[in-house]
Amino acid sequence: MKHATVIVVGAGQSGLAMSRALSRRSIDHVVLERGTAGQSWRSERWDSLRLLTPNWANGLPGAPYNGLDPDGFMASGEMANQLFHYAETIAAPILCNCRVSRCSFDGTRYRVDTSRATFTAEVVVIASGAAGKPHVPAISGAVPGGILQITPDHYRRPADLPDGKVLVVGAAATGVQLARELHLSGRPVTLSVGSHVRLPRTYRGKDIEHWLDITGVLDQSTGEIDDVERARRIPAPQLVGGGAIDLNSLQDIGVEIVGRFSDVRDGKALFSGGLAHVTTAADLKMNRTLDLADDWVKENGLGSADAAVRPGATSIPRDPRLTLDLEAEKVRTILWATGFRPDFSWLDLPVFDLRGRLRHEGGVCGLPGLYVLGLPFLRRRRSHQISGAEADSTELAHHVAHYLDARRAA
Amino acid sequence: MTIEIQTPQKNGVNVQAILEARTALTEAPEAGKFIWRASCEWLDGVHSRSTIESFYGLGEEQKHDRVFTIDADHPPQFAAPDNGATPVEIVLGALASCLMAGLASVAENRGIELTSAKATVEGDMDLAGILGIDADVRNGFKSIRVHFDIDADASAEDIAALVAQSQKRSAVFDVITNPGNVHVTVG
Repeated sequence: MKHATVIVVGAGQSGLAMSRALSRRSIDHVVLERGTAGQSWRSERWDSLRLLTPNWANGLPGAPYNGLDPDGFMASGEMANQLFHYAETIAAPILCNCRVSRCSFDGTRYRVDTSRATFTAEVVVIASGAAGKPHVPAISGAVPGGILQITPDHYRRPADLPDGKVLVVGAAATGVQLARELHLSGRPVTLSVGSHVRLPRTYRGKDIEHWLDITGVLDQSTGEIDDVERARRIPAPQLVGGGAIDLNSLQDIGVEIVGRFSDVRDGKALFSGGLAHVTTAADLKMNRTLDLADDWVKENGLGSADAAVRPGATSIPRDPRLTLDLEAEKVRTILWATGFRPDFSWLDLPVFDLRGRLRHEGGVCGLPGLYVLGLPFLRRRRSHQISGAEADSTELAHHVAHYLDARRAA
Repeated sequence: MTIEIQTPQKNGVNVQAILEARTALTEAPEAGKFIWRASCEWLDGVHSRSTIESFYGLGEEQKHDRVFTIDADHPPQFAAPDNGATPVEIVLGALASCLMAGLASVAENRGIELTSAKATVEGDMDLAGILGIDADVRNGFKSIRVHFDIDADASAEDIAALVAQSQKRSAVFDVITNPGNVHVTVG
């Protein structure tokens, strides 16, 4: 049995940022990592993936981006390498190839079972990521056999899929990107679209990330918005690193757009008739976000900003189809781009709500000494982004230090 | 000393009660499981009367303050005496009413005062379906159009957002746009 004052689970941007914050406070800790630093960027992303945020926005605590291409978009392997080097730079005490299988609490200490050793700790920081397991709707069970069903963490490139038609389910960043890639590979794509977030890659000559950053949207805290739970479930906007993509451009290349995938009956996929509603709502929300950029330009008199050209409204077929006979129309693959959930199956702790979601207040969980990092809107809108790691880890490290002080004084 | 600030309702929707119910039902999800009911009796020809009184919710049997009835029949064009709206028109009315209730509630929650709101609903139907003339034509509406005319103390964008949100939270909009299983038994 080994002991560490603090155990950090996961060596991605959140875990490493926390490690640095703890080191600066001279708090003894170890970072447990199932692979090497940045593992999921290395092993669970498709080949063509580039980050959704430009390089300038992907600095790590104490290490802002200083490369030659601040406006470029890193490939996922480059991000993994950046994290690997960052871990060396900050001399993070990482135990690699160490998979955590269980974490329990005896009322005084945490016990962390891993593939390499069992640890005890006073504090556990969960930094294992927001996208540990793909979420697939239950209707997947009603899909006829013989159709390949795949999730984005297992998808690498179009050639891995059978030739023939693909139904891509979900129109967040992943769904629209893979719909395009697959359609351009010669596999006709039908894209099922539920509630989504639309944003243009650039606006007034600047990347959208610039506007979200400078207008303060990304720094909005949980206290500043009405419904945190809803904000935590907002899907990734329809963006691609280094280009433009939206439902209009997908339809221009021949992707068919249908409503939300509601059910399977008699081998037929049934789609919601509410497509116009979700596209209209997304256009409205996009324009509200862009209004913030316009307001900022008005207030700050930025003469150099390009004219405000809004993307056109999303056009959809007059009568989008409501059914797709999966066998008769030779659908070979269904790609479930229906989101990810964190994988907390190893947490043997009473810290979940009725729906199985981890309860926390800004990353502080319901058990003393238990913290979580890197989840959507954990403390602020940018919490799950790379740029969110610094502020969240600094603030939570402060909390950890106080907790440990109080514990020792007691 | 405590000062209570009463905010007057702009549209007559008790949003506070709805928000409190939302909090309560988040903690006690079983109470949120409702069963709605209508019973329908054949009167004569294609004339029938639905009666609506009881429902189940908040963990127990509930009752409306009084019994409501809805007559359905068909117009003379269908060789019927027109004792009531057709069932499909009642569906259109139900959709509009549901969206309207959502509109008023969302407006209330956002502090927007409605001066007037009117929805016009149209549904396209080809009788070749229900008459069995063409198996490729569905019985029900091929498409439905809802048009809102709204006068309120808000911008056009804010009004559009109200309409969008009312669809997002509408039970009848969901019933119509998404499939659901219907189990019919007899005897």
